Amino acid sequence: MSNDVDNSRRKFIAAGVAGTAGLVLAPGVTLLDMANARPAGEAASNAKRWGMLIDSTKCVTGCNDCVSACGKENGFGSTGHPETDAQWIRKIELKEVKSGKTHSLPMMCQHCAQPPCVDVCPTGASFKRADGIVLVDRHICIGCRYCMMACPYKARSFVHEEHHDQNPDVPRGKGCVEACTLCVQRIDKDLQPACVEACSAGNHGAMMFGDLNDPNSEISKRIATYATTQVRPDLALNTGVRYQGI
Amino acid sequence: MINPAKWRSVLGWLAAALSALLLAGVTPATAHDEHGEHKLIAKGDKCVRDDDYMRRNHMKILMHQRDETMHKGIRGSQDSLKNCIECHVNPKTNSVASSKEDFCMGCHSYAGVKLDCFECHSSKPKAVAGGMHPTVMPEQRSSEGADKQSSQSGKMPLQMQAKQASLNMGEGVK
Repeated sequence: MSNDVDNSRRKFIAAGVAGTAGLVLAPGVTLLDMANARPAGEAASNAKRWGMLIDSTKCVTGCNDCVSACGKENGFGSTGHPETDAQWIRKIELKEVKSGKTHSLPMMCQHCAQPPCVDVCPTGASFKRADGIVLVDRHICIGCRYCMMACPYKARSFVHEEHHDQNPDVPRGKGCVEACTLCVQRIDKDLQPACVEACSAGNHGAMMFGDLNDPNSEISKRIATYATTQVRPDLALNTGVRYQGI
Repeated sequence: MINPAKWRSVLGWLAAALSALLLAGVTPATAHDEHGEHKLIAKGDKCVRDDDYMRRNHMKILMHQRDETMHKGIRGSQDSLKNCIECHVNPKTNSVASSKEDFCMGCHSYAGVKLDCFECHSSKPKAVAGGMHPTVMPEQRSSEGADKQSSQSGKMPLQMQAKQASLNMGEGVK
């Protein structure tokens, strides 16, 4: 009985969101993909594959908005030991030697469809969720760091220090490997990853998040229209994060 | 004829029973069992399952829910650790595991069972937006309170019924 009520209300809310979904937040950034709320209690399914598109032509050199938003959302910052600080997302600068052309772009877990970190994990802690998000189950992780060796993108970090007062949605502590989760706790609530939100809030619009399986999603349309690349496509990992303009 | 010694012992028993009743009335937040006395700090009236069941099986429920959340992304269950913390937080310490006064550590330190949940998980409930002590104007607060009540009114009865319906989560555990 109460379930019926809940469902009808959910549909009503979903319809309301869908009605406003076409709203343009900033040029090129819309809320279109955000009308696909997964009902509470339903498991993530492979009907979706979450991915990200990063436009390096819009990514500003020196801007660190995505990195600081990630740290704030996921509760990590400087521990006073920069060599061993966790790094879920980092800004890198590329320069073509001949022309001197520079690019700036954020690099993080690429959420591969065939993730090497999952292949090598001896305990099954490293896994890929049905919707394509590559995660570490810290309950199972023994901190061997084999996945850190296997990752071609240097995307994973080992937590060397004890932590207190974590974000209740993002448990993390000493002795486990961790990496970008695409802000899975936000995705499950139908929000965008913190970095993407910060990038739009800063009016850069260099990051786009959405469902790669849905041909009508904004991100799929963009990938179908413009030339985008995966980093290290030679490894055939089919990354969920793609780049434009590099 | 009853001798005075017997009278005295009967009176003693009566006094003991009476004081036990009084004590039970004054301190309903403590429970006695064969393991001694534990403080049961909780905001709600009723736990998600029977107290006895929870004492023995809370770890199984948490373990089941942790896999549901981690691997399937099912969040917001009444069986989540976050939900437990929200309800069982000690108002004095704003934690469930910072001292022996707190809900989790009260039993775990008595039983000598090491608790490693909070090496990664926060033992505190999620802070409300704007920090722990937001400066809120009185009129704002009253309207917020009303909002909170209305949004919770649909949720509380669910929690109450949960023992029977158990929202499909606990069945696998039992």
